[in-house]
Amino acid sequence: MKPATKSLLKIKSRLADPKEQLRILSDNHSLGITSFEDRLHDLGIEPLKPTGVDIFQVNVGKMCNQVCKHCHVDAGPGRKEIMTRETMQLCVDALKGTDISTVDLTGGAPEMNPNFRWFVEQLSKQGRKIIVRCNLTIIVAHPKYYDLPEFFRSHNINVVSSLPYFNAKRTDAQRGEGVFEQSIRALRRLNEVGYGKEGSGLQLDLVYNPSGAFLPDDQKALEATFKSKLKEGYDIDFNELFAITNLPVSRFLEYLIRSENYQDYMEELANAFNPEAAHGVMCRSTLSVSWDGYLYDCDFNQMLELKLNGGTPDHIRDFDLEKLNNRNIIINQHCYGCTAGAGSSCGGTIA
Amino acid sequence: MAKSYYDPADLKKFGNITEWQKELGDKFFDYYGTVFQEGALTAREKSLIALAVSHAVQCPYCIDAYTDDCLKKGVDEEQMMEAVHVTAAIKGGAALVHGVQMMNKVSDKLM
Ligand code: SF4
Ligand code: SF4
Repeated sequence: MKPATKSLLKIKSRLADPKEQLRILSDNHSLGITSFEDRLHDLGIEPLKPTGVDIFQVNVGKMCNQVCKHCHVDAGPGRKEIMTRETMQLCVDALKGTDISTVDLTGGAPEMNPNFRWFVEQLSKQGRKIIVRCNLTIIVAHPKYYDLPEFFRSHNINVVSSLPYFNAKRTDAQRGEGVFEQSIRALRRLNEVGYGKEGSGLQLDLVYNPSGAFLPDDQKALEATFKSKLKEGYDIDFNELFAITNLPVSRFLEYLIRSENYQDYMEELANAFNPEAAHGVMCRSTLSVSWDGYLYDCDFNQMLELKLNGGTPDHIRDFDLEKLNNRNIIINQHCYGCTAGAGSSCGGTIA
Repeated sequence: MAKSYYDPADLKKFGNITEWQKELGDKFFDYYGTVFQEGALTAREKSLIALAVSHAVQCPYCIDAYTDDCLKKGVDEEQMMEAVHVTAAIKGGAALVHGVQMMNKVSDKLM
């Protein structure tokens, strides 16, 4: 596989620094758009408050076997930030005694963390629903990962996998040469053990995100197209398709600026602001933990290093659900990505 | 004064046409919106037809808008280009079929 690009860190881009990204995102005036904060204010939901924590999302590290062009994590093989077993233990301890239903594991490629399986086993013992955001190619990347489908099955993990398109050209342009072919092989392996097959109870969902500076359209229509194309062309089954909007963070922000699409894209997001989606943004019911144990409102705020709003204990060792539920969620113009059109979250559209 | 006949920024101002004739403008946009809704044809099929027609009427605004719309609806490059070939075939065919008229005329005139 040939990587699609290089990490911003590696090419020493000024945008590798979250502060620089925030400087750009904060300036809604130059874009001629109303600030996200004002939009929420008009709806009477500013400051934005959590409704609780249903999903505990853990980013177990930035290491990845791929280097996708749109990646908001700036992940890649060269990234060494990896969650230790001690920090995972702190997560397990924090979850004890809470009724948080779901733990969502992401990265990077979460499976590359040497303690990934141990962590899943601990969470599984607690009876949590576990989601793994699997990039597919990791399953066929190295013999030590070949049994991942069986491992996922043994813990009834909900596998959520990225596949931006149903052909090689557009998939590879975004995710790297050969990614489509390897993803198809991985999907076949998942199907073989029962994932995505009717009656198996093993959930395999795909994530579609646009391969460029445009917004996703109707999720159900895209799902129908993906289902027929993947079935006809490759005999692959899956359950649901989540259409996710690319947020202007990290590599996707850099791409937008470099390709001179930033202005138009931000205008399009802001014009498509949907109040219903704003009420349902995922940060209201999600908590995001970084590889080093810090707490954030969502994975995007994590990458922008926007630690929890002042005063709320912001490290997993000081986990305090009551205080967390009282925090103010930190917002900026990137949030328009969550509220455009039908809205966008890690579970697809909102409204 | 405008230095060119077409400005991409004007596409976003399309809605402003209602300012000088609200009733007709509103009726048009209402109709337009309904046309593109899912019906006996899917929204995706309609978007591809619109792309083909945009090329037939050679409207840069429409080409811009419906290229975007096709991308959003998951249409791939090959399908988009095939739609433009449909335009070319019909436009080319429309020109050539008039060749029959020319042939008729010639046979009327020649001994
Ligand atoms: S988008 Fe996912 S698979 Fe691609 S580089 Fe980022 S973390 Fe890895
Ligand atoms: S980017 Fe994060 S904080 Fe902003 S609306 Fe989306 S989920 Fe919430």
